[in-house]
Amino acid sequence: MATAQTEIRVTPEIAAEHGLTAEEYARVKQILGREPNITELGIFSVMWSEHCSYKSSKVHLKRLPTRGKLVVQGPGENAGVVDIGDGLVAAFKIESHNHPSYVEPFQGATTGVGGILRDIFTMGARPVVVLDSLRFGPITPGNGVSEEDAAKNRRVLDGVIRGIAHYGNCFGVPTVGGEVAFEPCYSQNPLVNALALGIARKEDLFFAKARGTGNPVIYVGAKTGRDGIHGASLLASAEFTEESKQKRPNVQVGDPFMEKLLLEACLEAMQTGAVVAIQDMGAAGLTCSTTEMASRGGTGIEIDLAKVPQRETGMTPYEIMLSESQERMLLVAEKGREREVLEVFKKWGLDAVVVGAVTEGGLLRVKDHGKLAAEIPAHPLAEEGPVYHRPIAQPPLKKETPADWFKFSADGTNLTDNFARLLASPVIASKRWITEQYDTSVRTNTLAGPGASDAAVIRIKDPETGEVKRALALSTDGNGRWCQLSPRLGAMHAVAEAARNVAASGARPMAATNCLNFGSPEKPEVMWQFSEVIDGLTLACNELGTPITGGNVSFYNETLGKSIYPTPVIGVLGILEDASRVLKIGFREEGDVVVLLDGATAAGASVESREREFSSSEYAKAIAGIVAGEPPAIDLAAEKRLQECLVALAASGTLHSAHDVSDGGIAVTLAESCFTSQTQRMAPGLGARVQLPEDGPAEGAAFGERGARAIVSLKPTSLAPALATARQYGVAAQQIGQVIRGDAFRIEYKGRAVIDTSVAKLHDAWAHSLARALKVR
Amino acid sequence: MKFGVVVFPGSNSDHDAFYAIGNILHKPVEFIWHQSQDVANCDAIILPGGFAYGDYLRTGAIARFSPVMKSVSKFAQSGGMVLGVCNGFQILLEAGLLPGAMMRNSGLRFICRHVHIRVEQTDTPFTSAAEIGQIRKIPIAHSDGNYTCDESTLAELEKNRRVILRYTTPDGTDDAAGNPNGSMANVAGICNRERNVAGLMPHPERAVEPALDSADGLVILRSMVEALVGAAKATA
Repeated sequence: MATAQTEIRVTPEIAAEHGLTAEEYARVKQILGREPNITELGIFSVMWSEHCSYKSSKVHLKRLPTRGKLVVQGPGENAGVVDIGDGLVAAFKIESHNHPSYVEPFQGATTGVGGILRDIFTMGARPVVVLDSLRFGPITPGNGVSEEDAAKNRRVLDGVIRGIAHYGNCFGVPTVGGEVAFEPCYSQNPLVNALALGIARKEDLFFAKARGTGNPVIYVGAKTGRDGIHGASLLASAEFTEESKQKRPNVQVGDPFMEKLLLEACLEAMQTGAVVAIQDMGAAGLTCSTTEMASRGGTGIEIDLAKVPQRETGMTPYEIMLSESQERMLLVAEKGREREVLEVFKKWGLDAVVVGAVTEGGLLRVKDHGKLAAEIPAHPLAEEGPVYHRPIAQPPLKKETPADWFKFSADGTNLTDNFARLLASPVIASKRWITEQYDTSVRTNTLAGPGASDAAVIRIKDPETGEVKRALALSTDGNGRWCQLSPRLGAMHAVAEAARNVAASGARPMAATNCLNFGSPEKPEVMWQFSEVIDGLTLACNELGTPITGGNVSFYNETLGKSIYPTPVIGVLGILEDASRVLKIGFREEGDVVVLLDGATAAGASVESREREFSSSEYAKAIAGIVAGEPPAIDLAAEKRLQECLVALAASGTLHSAHDVSDGGIAVTLAESCFTSQTQRMAPGLGARVQLPEDGPAEGAAFGERGARAIVSLKPTSLAPALATARQYGVAAQQIGQVIRGDAFRIEYKGRAVIDTSVAKLHDAWAHSLARALKVR
Repeated sequence: MKFGVVVFPGSNSDHDAFYAIGNILHKPVEFIWHQSQDVANCDAIILPGGFAYGDYLRTGAIARFSPVMKSVSKFAQSGGMVLGVCNGFQILLEAGLLPGAMMRNSGLRFICRHVHIRVEQTDTPFTSAAEIGQIRKIPIAHSDGNYTCDESTLAELEKNRRVILRYTTPDGTDDAAGNPNGSMANVAGICNRERNVAGLMPHPERAVEPALDSADGLVILRSMVEALVGAAKATA
């Protein structure tokens, strides 16, 4: 075939350099019926990269439950879509941007947020909320972490937070939730997972299916440069080595202002009725968008690269097709109506150019000044890539003896100091220093911002009238340490906790999205973790009624051969039928009764099994430096009962507060419920006096992390009906104490005080620990 | 009575202002595109928060040259009521409709939180429904809200009672703890000499319902409505 220029002849060696195996390269030749040229090779290499093709995960992902009554669109489009009533839908998805965020934290994080926002508005939905799930290495020295490493981790964290803030704040979407955790395994491989949600009218949804032979293909947004070439195939699909810093030019640069214009222009263009299909240019840029639109629509696409707006001169077809320059979109318009679409983009000052057309025959044909530069059948390129059944092997069980496990203190030991240390540990400490850098109030929908409720809660304004009826709650969760100890159990806990958080805000969990962060799929033990996690997610999502509507897989999270903990991050979405019934975590009134809701009942257990379970807790890690044992057993039916009970109690309007029991156990839950009166500077403040129910040794009772539990507060006069509701749902409800005036905080166990201090002292440890540790310059 | 909310490319609190006036106060409101030269059919203009033109170069530095700002200046000079919120305030400073400048926050970071402000003056159309000394809780969300000006300007502002809102603590102490961004003299909002143009860093349009944690911003918008009603009566 004629090619656009004299170019490198493709050899098996060059194919290997592009990350294609010998078998994959043979398949390329089979599809084409000839040798590929260099541009075609580049196109295959990005489309068949792990990041774009899911070649290692596909066979497992099939097992996930993806259907449900409210699911309008499951996995396979730019985002999942669920029905939220009154003709409205929510489009939401979570995605990772881990590798770029280590190479260049600020830009890596900005483009992560930018990418997920484009996925949402590509569907025709206006983004209304962002959450971020972040994992970093330790930010304080000690326990084998040097000050040099801690300082590096602090710099990565600072860059990532600034990046997220910069992009979201400028774009004008509130960043209202998520979580941050720290473990040594994330030191050279931080996790940056961003979730975005948008709202649209159901009939206004857009899909990425090219249709209608002869319809023009229009390129809009930023110009194409040489940035991000091979971002998907080289950065996201290979592990880190010492040379990773040299990959910095592969990280893209984000411009939130351009994205804001693109958002407004795209939504306005969609309103003209002249847009047939639209797809953002994310990973693998122009290649992925043309191929996928053609493949999904069962059509072909022909473009001429000479028409593509370019930021640099002398770019080759290879470079233009593989560029990952940000803030670009590709759309198909109705023939004869392109002017209407182009006018909208002109109004917003954006480049919009017809670069080609939809064709018959299913070929992706790329020309450069009229000369053929690449010609590939789109469907095989998009859908018939390699699929691997990678070898799976369970790693040998780590032999543990009771000597490796946490040893409980004798009953009657004063645990106050340990408790203050636990509250100051970075995982549990207040994240306010971080969340204050995010604009949480823009769009005036935020009913519960960071830390106010167990989930982020935003109300739904009708896009035309502004009328408010319902609200949406979102929570992301994922305990990597637990998944390392038991991938299946850890994954189930991740779903259970996210759904419980949503229920504790008063919302009914309805759907989920997932971001699966793992090491190299070429390692059998990593694939075993992956498979176990998929099984755990499947069990939990089925039982809790939260089908997975989309998400992404991030493999190769390893540095110098060492994998991160398997870290599935689950985002659960819930709906509150009455936006005025949001539950928050803070105690509100003196004299209120404090009630522990328990979907299961504490089973008697041997000391050894208690030690084993407690060794996986945040307390064991923060106080004794122990990471061992196994996460608490999970009872999904009990989780379901508790969640339904919380939703019913919220709807009744009798609860003054609700907060689930998770990291740090009942003691942390109670303290955080008291802290609201401190942060809101209520005078006098509120404290609590509580008698813990009997559940083994005192430390286990106070800091154990068994699921299916929540603590609520309510007026004494509301107690009887609330207990009746709990009974109706099969949930054990027990009054364990009361909210008191002043700032005393006292927890008793078996008649003796185990924690006896002031809320102010605990608050000081919890509120300022992160800022003290960070001392970011 | 009609409010106009200017939409610059990059404005993002424009919808918030529109919603507060249209849905909460139930008053007529429309968007004004930045290329429009015509603001004559509006009785009050709001320059909303956001990052107009990406805030490249300096906050508000490019926006001041947009076509609509010519008309806004003319409107202000002829006595029309103009409120700039956050980025809108920064644009008013760059346009020379208000004195002074904004520096990066003293902590060098974006800050978003509810802050407390004290109403210092009530003889403006932006604060007439409030009481002097009243402490209100309103959110801020900015990187560049550290107000500064030369000493003679500050003296002039104070002398002519043009500092209309000041950052403070919940109990009304004007110390560093109450000042989120390092602003000179705890300035949160000022007006021009004629008192028809004001700029505020806090977002009153984001504090308009108890469900949003505060409805304290309404007093600013209500003051504007009352002033417009008063003006209409006076000319009737």
